[in-house]
Amino acid sequence: MPTFVYMTSCDGCGHCVDICPSDIMHIDPTYRRAVNIEPNFCWECYSCVKACPQNAIDCRGYADFAPLGHSVRVLREDTKGTISWKIKFRDGREKDFVSPIRTTPWGSIKGPAEYAAPGADAMASQQLAHEPEALKIAALPALRPDQLKKGLV
Amino acid sequence: MARRKTVYVDSDILVVGGGMGGCGATYESRYWGRDLKIVCVEKANIERSGAVAQGLYAINCYMGMQWDENQPEDHVRYARIDLMGLVREDLGYDIARHVDATVHKFEEWGLPLMRDPKTGRYQREGKWQIMIHGESYKPIVAEAARKAATEVYNRIMVTHLLMDKQRKRVAGAVGFNVRTGDFYVFRAKAVIVAAGGASHIFKPRAVGEGMGRTWYAPWSSASAYALPILVGAKMTQMENRIVLTRFKDGYGPVGAYFLHLKTYTQNAYGQEYESKWYDEIKGMVGNYIDQHPVPTCLRNHAFLRETAAGRGPIRMVTKEAFQDPHKETVGWENFLGMTVGQAVVWAAQNIDPKEINPELTTSEPYVMGSHATCSGAWASGPEDYAPAEYQWGYNRMMTVEGLFGAGDTIGGTAHKFSSGSFTEGRIAAKAAVKYVTEKGRDQPQVSEAEIADLRAEVFQPLEHYETYRNEIVAGTVSPSYILPIHALQRLEKIMDEYCGGISVNYMTNEPLLNRGLELLGMLKEDSTKIGAPDLHQLQRTWELKHRLLASECVTQHTLFRKETRWPGYYYRGDHPQLDDNDWHCFTLSQYDRDSGKWAMEKAPVYHIVT
Ligand SMILES: Cc1cc2nc3c(=O)[nH]c(=O)nc-3n(C[C@H](O)[C@H](O)[C@H](O)COP(=O)(O)OP(=O)(O)OC[C@H]3O[C@@H](n4cnc5c(N)ncnc54)[C@H](O)[C@@H]3O)c2cc1C
Ligand code: SF4
Ligand code: SF4
Repeated sequence: MPTFVYMTSCDGCGHCVDICPSDIMHIDPTYRRAVNIEPNFCWECYSCVKACPQNAIDCRGYADFAPLGHSVRVLREDTKGTISWKIKFRDGREKDFVSPIRTTPWGSIKGPAEYAAPGADAMASQQLAHEPEALKIAALPALRPDQLKKGLV
Repeated sequence: MARRKTVYVDSDILVVGGGMGGCGATYESRYWGRDLKIVCVEKANIERSGAVAQGLYAINCYMGMQWDENQPEDHVRYARIDLMGLVREDLGYDIARHVDATVHKFEEWGLPLMRDPKTGRYQREGKWQIMIHGESYKPIVAEAARKAATEVYNRIMVTHLLMDKQRKRVAGAVGFNVRTGDFYVFRAKAVIVAAGGASHIFKPRAVGEGMGRTWYAPWSSASAYALPILVGAKMTQMENRIVLTRFKDGYGPVGAYFLHLKTYTQNAYGQEYESKWYDEIKGMVGNYIDQHPVPTCLRNHAFLRETAAGRGPIRMVTKEAFQDPHKETVGWENFLGMTVGQAVVWAAQNIDPKEINPELTTSEPYVMGSHATCSGAWASGPEDYAPAEYQWGYNRMMTVEGLFGAGDTIGGTAHKFSSGSFTEGRIAAKAAVKYVTEKGRDQPQVSEAEIADLRAEVFQPLEHYETYRNEIVAGTVSPSYILPIHALQRLEKIMDEYCGGISVNYMTNEPLLNRGLELLGMLKEDSTKIGAPDLHQLQRTWELKHRLLASECVTQHTLFRKETRWPGYYYRGDHPQLDDNDWHCFTLSQYDRDSGKWAMEKAPVYHIVT
């Protein structure tokens, strides 16, 4: 379902342009509002739909195989930490779903440099950052070189 | 042209591509390299880029060592079976032994992992998969990477890697800013490529407006392969493309359906069909059919044969499972969390899986290295146990000095998925920091002439268009240029018809492959005549060029391996059997940029025996 933009809702803020992984949401030079310039390169990933503060973007299923009359709407509330979906079938049936998206506040991740710097021993070992504690087992598993044999087994 | 700036960015470690592998690499680089300058460059916006842009509903690679659910060896054996015996077991083990720590970090960062209410453990979808509410998987991982990087450059399409003056060691990368058109020269002491896999190499099933609804993201443009190939890095298993059995048209995933919801498939007449094809498959591949679980490609084969026998469509039996409201919710949320398009197709076609068993299809082939397939670069193994033949430098270093990779980029390591790709980025990054502090301390020297040449080459499609645009009145038909979409569609048609795509039921042979190579050669010549009307189309042009080079590599590999190792992924009609005597090996290729020639060789397979 490639995206399209409702003329009366879009204010040209450009959030969708900034986020689209396919680089296909652009600001139309005449109307100063967003437009999907290449619907056949749209993955219907909904990144732009979720990012639009005006709820101006919607999707219409790909013309090749999606009959008209359906809708899949989304509301992503990052401060509440939820995403809500409303699915409407062509024949009018509806389904609603709500899921959590994050359990911690946005921006709260501790950067790797905020941990104590690893010593030379750790650097020389096979351990990665936060190991072995983060593995939640006593030690990082390893193979002996003689456990690998060439050819069919 | 003169108005375009050239921007120089110097760093110690350059990460190309900020997807799962790239974010892992960026995070880990900072942990070990506190004083290093770490730069991540991404063609989109790392907040929502790569295969995980719309989220995921499962983490497909988690051992659960804390509960003794699985050990790394078990995962290696699983990947070995699924890939019909051929995986880099040293690399796979390495990912498996670290991956749990990655997943525990994800949970700490705020990714909602589901828990089994009875055991309190992570909710398993299957033996290796755990279920998540992963709509914000990518933004969460991107936050961790942004906290680690010195700088993140979004919207820069990397077109080439840079080599030092002696062409001995990687020295950085160049690309252009898709918004400003400025030329970027990233000089670095080590480079980690994590630029994702390749969609749109083979013609997709939908070719109209729906051509973007591929299984792997349409922005997975094979840069992960083309960038290393161009500087002479060896590639492995590029013939091992993957075909996915998925819900029809939307390519919605089936993993949770099979594993968690316990739905199953049947033919149009309600019959189980896989067992019917057992004897035939046994004749082709021998004992590999008796493995558990049955390798993905062999299940595809049964699907294809049953359909060819006129008993399609194959359907997923969902009506029973979906009577349970919990399972119904899981079924829908699975798509909303990672393949919204499938929900739209079902809404549009009035398919409620509670009442209708939905159709399945087999996709066009994809080339990538992190799913049930393992195409990618040939990389050095872990120092503590990898056999000598797999060790020539630092862990995950390719055959080019200072050049590392992770995720879809690295070959031989199937079944790493999102968590394993992030983990491999971490592994590569620690090794790259080591390389930069030990061996590669000096800044490699890059020739200014090479930079000038690359700059001219990068923007040539814009100039070509400008030169010839006014030769014609209007429209898209010119005798002097083709547009990127024209070149892409020609590429997809060649690969489809000659290299085993959907229109030939995944069948090819030596004469077809040789003819395909001739046509790819002509497309390569024509690729200097692609006209790009604007910067967006310039990005499409470079994506096409990357796909084209990767396709040539895929075709060379397919020609080299004279057997049918993975029936259901593709068939060599002239060598229809699996042949362990001659082909229980990895295939390696190396491209010579000056002559345009490929050199092919075999490499041994090592298995974990105890
Ligand atoms: C539909 C679908 C379902 C999946 N389901 C699951 C699942 O349930 N569980 C699971 O664990 N995994 C799943 N996966 C697999 C997982 O997404 C991949 O294994 C993982 O994302 C691979 O990581 P990567 O870093 O190699 O590639 P990506 O994450 O795709 O990252 C590549 C990055 O490189 C950038 N890039 C590409 N070219 C260039 C260039 N030239 N210059 C600059 N930047 C560039 C891209 O924009 C992107 O950001 C699924 C994938 C898909 C598509
Ligand atoms: S984000 Fe919404 S309002 Fe802003 S430009 Fe895009 S469509 Fe318009
Ligand atoms: S749905 Fe995704 S690919 Fe399509 S326009 Fe929006 S952000 Fe881009």
